Amino acid sequence: MRRRTTALDGTAALIVLLLIVQVWLLSATLDAYLAGHSDAALPGAICSGLIFAATAGLYWFAYHIDRRR
Amino acid sequence: MARLGSKASTPRDQESLWRDEFSVFQERERFVSRRQLIKFLTLTSLGMFAGNLWILVKSWLHRDESYPRVTIARAGDIPLGGVKLFRYPNANEQCLLIRTGENDYAAYSQKCTHLSCAVYYSREDNQLICPCHNGRFSVRDGAVIQGPPTRALPHVVLERAGNEIIAAGISGKLEG
Repeated sequence: MRRRTTALDGTAALIVLLLIVQVWLLSATLDAYLAGHSDAALPGAICSGLIFAATAGLYWFAYHIDRRR
Repeated sequence: MARLGSKASTPRDQESLWRDEFSVFQERERFVSRRQLIKFLTLTSLGMFAGNLWILVKSWLHRDESYPRVTIARAGDIPLGGVKLFRYPNANEQCLLIRTGENDYAAYSQKCTHLSCAVYYSREDNQLICPCHNGRFSVRDGAVIQGPPTRALPHVVLERAGNEIIAAGISGKLEG
């Protein structure tokens, strides 16, 4: 139980780190778009999608750890 | 009967969702709340991804945006250091045309890039000033000099055709 709790804490911490990067990415892309530079929109969306995929993967991991108890 | 039998064989903690979500055991309660937190964080990540996609779609839709060519003034209309208001590219977008030199003109959107207050030209400071939060922009290129705005004022592209000053486009994004 304790190891699972630690795994869930670690997963949550990793997701929080990824979210911080994603918040920065969204604000930077929006700022560039509003300044008239649309070139950053595609790489921004791709990176954000990858981060979301990683977050979803971590959620899947946490879900299965939690279900296995 | 068969249904009752199958129900009885199901483990108690997998029987229904509410037992899982509202556990009576404190240790499990911690598990549930952590999983809910992770679920919420994942949904937040999805929301930010959707935001990035929205920006991408908007940038694709406005990729080939064309602006009309509109005569906004004649060369002698404005005195040196004077300002003329005009609307471009549509009736909702107010802009400023400033005569900065004998033959030099500059035009910018009047909406501050901070919170869309109307900026004005200060001849004494030779700057565009937003009265709401004292944001200041350069007349030369619309760049931020001080204050809360982080982006330059959208610049109206000007062309000369004889005596006429023509607005031919916008560089930068119009607010709102």
